[in-house]
Amino acid sequence: MELFPEERNLAVVEVAGVRRRVDLGLLEDDRPVKGDWVLIHVGFAMSKISEQDALDQMNTLAMLGEAEAALQEIRGYGLGQDDGDPPVS
Amino acid sequence: MGQNELKFVDEFREPELIHKAADEIRRLADPSRHYRLMEVCGGHTHAIYRFGLKDILPENIELIHGPGCPVCVLPMGRIDDGLSMAQDPTVIFAAFGDMMRVPGTQGSPLEHKARGMDVRIVYSPSDAIKLAQANPERHVMFFAIGFETTAPSTALTLMRAKSLGLANFSIFCNHVTIIPAIRAILDSPDMRLDGFVGPGHVSTVIGCRPYEWIAANEKKPMVISGFEPLDILQSIVMLLRQLKNGEARVENQYKRVVPWEGNRAALAAMAEVFQLRPYFEWRGLGFISQSALRIRDSYVEWDAEQRFNIPGLRVTDPKAAQCGEVLKGVLKPAQCKLFGCECTPEHPIGALMVSTEGSCAAFYNYEHRKTAALTNLSASA
Amino acid sequence: MATAVTSKIRFHEPQIEMAHGAGGKASRRLIEGLFVPLLCESPSGILGDAAHVQLDGVRVAITTDSFVVKPLSFPGGSIGELAVNGTVNDLAVSGAKAEAIVVTFVLEAGLPTEILEAEVRAMARAAKQAGVIIAGGDTKVVEHGKADGMYITTTGIGRLISGVKIDPASVSPGDKVLLSGPVGDHGITILLARGELDLEADLCSDTRSVLPLIEALVKAAGPGVRWMRDPTRGGMATSLNELARDCRLGVALYEDDVPVRDMVRGACELLGLDPFHIANEGQFLAVVAPEHAEAGLAALRATDGGEEACLIGEIRAQPAGSVLALTRYGASRIVDMLVGDPLPRIC
Repeated sequence: MELFPEERNLAVVEVAGVRRRVDLGLLEDDRPVKGDWVLIHVGFAMSKISEQDALDQMNTLAMLGEAEAALQEIRGYGLGQDDGDPPVS
Repeated sequence: MGQNELKFVDEFREPELIHKAADEIRRLADPSRHYRLMEVCGGHTHAIYRFGLKDILPENIELIHGPGCPVCVLPMGRIDDGLSMAQDPTVIFAAFGDMMRVPGTQGSPLEHKARGMDVRIVYSPSDAIKLAQANPERHVMFFAIGFETTAPSTALTLMRAKSLGLANFSIFCNHVTIIPAIRAILDSPDMRLDGFVGPGHVSTVIGCRPYEWIAANEKKPMVISGFEPLDILQSIVMLLRQLKNGEARVENQYKRVVPWEGNRAALAAMAEVFQLRPYFEWRGLGFISQSALRIRDSYVEWDAEQRFNIPGLRVTDPKAAQCGEVLKGVLKPAQCKLFGCECTPEHPIGALMVSTEGSCAAFYNYEHRKTAALTNLSASA
Repeated sequence: MATAVTSKIRFHEPQIEMAHGAGGKASRRLIEGLFVPLLCESPSGILGDAAHVQLDGVRVAITTDSFVVKPLSFPGGSIGELAVNGTVNDLAVSGAKAEAIVVTFVLEAGLPTEILEAEVRAMARAAKQAGVIIAGGDTKVVEHGKADGMYITTTGIGRLISGVKIDPASVSPGDKVLLSGPVGDHGITILLARGELDLEADLCSDTRSVLPLIEALVKAAGPGVRWMRDPTRGGMATSLNELARDCRLGVALYEDDVPVRDMVRGACELLGLDPFHIANEGQFLAVVAPEHAEAGLAALRATDGGEEACLIGEIRAQPAGSVLALTRYGASRIVDMLVGDPLPRIC
């Protein structure tokens, strides 16, 4: 959803090639600029989408299970306490 | 990932990550425990069914659907009131698409349209203003519903109508607030919940503070969640972690969109235009105090409730319909006596079957027919 | 296996609603509950796109369709083209090549002649392209305020294409479901063209004759083609549900393999619509026996306009009578026929 500022409080927002005029009145404290991403609800922009937060979240999700996998690897070297786990080859 | 994908949507539907999240949930869930998590928001109900998330969760995690569907909690009497305003042929009845098939005592807006009423679907309250400007000799009445997600947009629209001095426009305000509904659920004696998946879009407006009493007083964890499959699964991971550690906090999974402090401009617009009603009837939950918005006297010229004489009758649900209990999460949709027989998406008795966010409609469209079809097969084999 | 339709009227709704023309469940109730019992002497129970009648030992196909689209003209086409292509396509998916069409016009008094002329020219072009003659017709004019400009009805007659026999009764588990191209283009184009929404996209209606594609399919896989349909009102979900019902088998739909343009997907997300329920005017579905499916698909892809053809599902024994959509991450959901009418006057 890219922003193309048009009038004072209206902007054209694009989703996958579909363009819609959206009211920015609710974001006057933190006006979005061209290239920003926003959450739209019933023709009004509600919030800016933080690309950084989204990336952080993706990283967290990608790492799910990796902490556990790392632990298993360590146990496999015989350094951990649980000798019941098979060694990781 | 390709160039033309929906950004911020496709990434959150990535199958590999979904499997990872599902595995983590399985790892965290204590097999000796049965978890009851309520997802408050209708949008979550819909997403859970649409993406088949129940198939991915382990058996001992039960997702209970809460009352966060504004269409579902609107009493039938209010629909009748709105429709009565448009009996006058100079009036145009404008509302969002999901209002169109909600039954009043004399039929739904769409049925009224077939009988000659001028009923129009709008996708934004500002469309309704455009409609009024384009039809100066008619009066446009916009039937406003929604939680705090939609109320600010209605507020800005009212402010615009005032600044334009638009005389042929009014709004029938049926906005409700989410916190009293959650409170009513927690006060209900037949509820036993372990935690909440919090409403993502409402929270972009009200922020996360208003939920702190749930953690502090009721000692239940609350995770504000986004609407993509990964968001919901990640929120469940976060809830399980808290429950495992015996914690009860408010967390914001939907950080990329929800600011902790909410949206000041939106809250200011609402304060300018609305005030709380002393009480309001919620379908299925009864009267709840301080739970709904009415238009302030400074905007009386655009308040449809003041401009029109409305019957204002209380219409109780048909005795057999158990919308209330399903709404509170006490009954599953399939346990309502009318479910699947008298009450189906095609001829709905209650609003829970009409709205795509209603738990009965969601269950019917995605789950029930799957089970019925597979059962029928084994019966006929 | 055909289901016998009894000759009692089973339509009990007191008045006609928009939904009865939407192509979904309500339409079916009207047709099966009122029209069939009163009009069919010996109903076979299976409702196809065209009727096959015997004339002096020759089997011909005949079909009719009316066009009430609003607006009359839109990106990618106009009511005239729809009127010709729609009937050509109905014949094509029933296994027939359209030979001749007759047209009726219901015109609103006050309609500018240049608009009528433009539509008639469009029809002439479409007919030439489709290889069909417009053999005659009728015209009526109604008062200003009725007919919204114009309504067009076309009735077409055609010769059966040799080498293919469409028979839903022959559909069997294991058969593959093919789709000729992306869905949702037409319906969304019309919705945007109405200009009531603040939405814009560079989208066009997909209206075209699908006969060349069907001929290519038949040439490569004729003996294996079991069933075809053009998913107009109600969308491909409705057509597949009709298939499931008619052959009393299940359709497994690989949801992520169904081609949908990004713009259509985007518009549907914004409007809360499902691309599977949106009308198409230039696509068709085909059920093909597994041993012929690959050849059929290759032939479609090698034909002009069929480059985006896909295998989107298969027939299974269960869930009988229903369409089950499967997603990449293992979730499944039942996809129903269209309920209600989200997009009126779409074709």
